[in-house]
Amino acid sequence: MTINTGESEGLQPAKAVFYNDPKVRAIFWQIVAVGGVIAVFWFLIHNTMVNLERQNIASGFSFLDLEAGFAIGEGLVPYSAANSYWRAILVGLLNTIKVAVIGIVFATIIGTVVGVMRLSPNWLIARLATVYIETLRNVPLLLQLFFWYAMIVEVLPRAKEAYGPFLGVYLSNRGFNMPLPDTWGYLGLLGGFLVALIAVIWLYRRNKKIHDETGEIKNTLGPSMLIFAVGMMIGWLAGGAPTSLDSPEFKGFSFKGGGEVTSEFLALWLGLTLYTASFIAEIVRSGILAVSKGQWEAAGSLGLKRGQILRFIVLPQALRVIIPPTTSQYLNLTKNSSLAVAIGYPDIVGVTNTTINQSGQAIEGIAIIMSVYLTLSLSISLFMNWYNTKIALVER
Amino acid sequence: MANAQEAAAPNLGPAVELRHLHKWYGEFHVLKDINLTVRHGERVVVCGPSGSGKSTMIRCINRLEEHQRGHLFVDGLELTNDLKQIEAIRKEVGMVFQHFNLFPHMTVLENLILGPTWVRKVPRGEAIETAMMYLERVKIPEQAQKYPGQLSGGQQQRVAIARSLCMKPKIMLFDEPTSALDPEMIKEVLDVMVELAEEGMTMVCVTHEMGFARTVGDTMVFMDEGEIVEMEAPEEFFSNPKNERTKLFLSQILSH
Ligand SMILES: Nc1ncnc2c1ncn2[C@@H]1O[C@H](COP(=O)(O)OP(=O)(O)OP(=O)(O)O)[C@@H](O)[C@H]1O
Ligand SMILES: [Mg+2]
Repeated sequence: MTINTGESEGLQPAKAVFYNDPKVRAIFWQIVAVGGVIAVFWFLIHNTMVNLERQNIASGFSFLDLEAGFAIGEGLVPYSAANSYWRAILVGLLNTIKVAVIGIVFATIIGTVVGVMRLSPNWLIARLATVYIETLRNVPLLLQLFFWYAMIVEVLPRAKEAYGPFLGVYLSNRGFNMPLPDTWGYLGLLGGFLVALIAVIWLYRRNKKIHDETGEIKNTLGPSMLIFAVGMMIGWLAGGAPTSLDSPEFKGFSFKGGGEVTSEFLALWLGLTLYTASFIAEIVRSGILAVSKGQWEAAGSLGLKRGQILRFIVLPQALRVIIPPTTSQYLNLTKNSSLAVAIGYPDIVGVTNTTINQSGQAIEGIAIIMSVYLTLSLSISLFMNWYNTKIALVER
Repeated sequence: MANAQEAAAPNLGPAVELRHLHKWYGEFHVLKDINLTVRHGERVVVCGPSGSGKSTMIRCINRLEEHQRGHLFVDGLELTNDLKQIEAIRKEVGMVFQHFNLFPHMTVLENLILGPTWVRKVPRGEAIETAMMYLERVKIPEQAQKYPGQLSGGQQQRVAIARSLCMKPKIMLFDEPTSALDPEMIKEVLDVMVELAEEGMTMVCVTHEMGFARTVGDTMVFMDEGEIVEMEAPEEFFSNPKNERTKLFLSQILSH
């Protein structure tokens, strides 16, 4: 059996001269571009190495094992000046991740609420949302950070005269000091919560199945809340019903015990959250507006309720428009967190900067910062892209 | 007890009744003293020049627009601000739009079963059976798993009709269902509508398809500048229009 390739019969399209073939041209330009980039990098690296050698500075990352010798204001892992640079940088990295994650969560919530508010038929609510958005997105973030930091440091009293306690929380210019659980018995509460979560997921699935099989629509919200309340109650009792808390107490010059949210973190978090939320609000608003009025009308004329229209028709379509630009806002928030330096929050940039000043290893330090942001940004992008494809439509 | 019997008894009154209906858009008086009664099983065809208020009137019937004065009854229930009442009426009134308004993120089948499962609370399996039956009726059962964007305009409009029918409505409203379609697709949609009329569906239809109006219409309504200018049986309406504005409109539209 012979396979007719068409060549023998002259069915192959006529070939262009090779230098006019778009494919050949594309490959040519790609080679030129890659070659150029390599040349520039080689030049930079070579020059640097020569200069470093001349100044007797050792290159490489071995300095990371040396003792850091500086203190860090706050961190998620234990750290002291006697620890290595490695550990110091880890503390900074975790601080960056902490403010970025909490910032992203709150910016999303506030942004969504404000975006929906701006569409409200209520004149006052819509106006308030507009003022919020226009003010926050038009003032430089750095200025806003200074503003929030000044508000906290200048307006709140010194730790000694802290306001409170409100439900055990003290407010001062050092930030918030709050009580924390102090026995393992509280794990029962957490356990109860997790069990309740599983039960609620099961309930949700069961109600969906009932709806598919009989058409009956069961209320999920009320029973879910009940399950959470009962589950956590039982968990708490099973943990021995602990009531003691590790409360902060003012001793000497500062609060001892309990948990602390520093004024630096608060200012950075507030600034990043409120600023980014104003952009997300606009994205949410345009996403909802992108769903045509006809969709509301068609769904409404089937007799669907407003909440059902939002859930089944409007949100799924709006999300498609909302997610890609929101991803950029998440990336912006994460990168903007490096402005922490300005108000003294020890993020990755701040800590690495100190490291550079002490060790002189500028190139390595900057390489670390760059790879951290690159990794964080790529992780966010990958996650959001995955989420986007998950909800994307096969529309056409 | 008496109430239950009343509810069970078929409503012998009109399917739709508009009494001295007025509507304004701000200062602009769109609907001026509209009086219209549609009997069960009656097919009313509404025509008139662009901007005369045809869409506005028909959209008042399922409360996509709100009227400001007068009364509007659908199947014996008065349309008021009461949300429950509006939902109850929308269940019984199907609407087909000029631009189809299918849900682009759902397959044809999902478009069809959404209303029945969440509003009529029909079991999913049964809703799918009904949906397939209506897709057969509009002659596109093979498209059930496709997305609206993958269909031609005529097919989309037939899906939209099927979507309304799946709710088992008592009354169907059509707002220029064929005017966004290419000529070769108009017939396939009109055929479906004619069939529906022959089965006795109560219909209010805004259209300029005069052939269709002649075949299935029981009553022709001509609107101009927010008023019902003429209301007549089709033979009389076409052969012997009384109003000057009707004559002008007919001469323009029939000369095409
Ligand atoms: N939301 C609105 N706000 C203000 N004016 C409106 C609105 N909707 C419609 N109108 C006006 O009301 C009048 C009637 O509109 P309607 O859509 O009912 O006309 P129509 O008879 O359906 O016309 P067409 O044949 O072009 O569809 C028009 O003059 C239109 O400009
Ligand atoms: Mg119209």
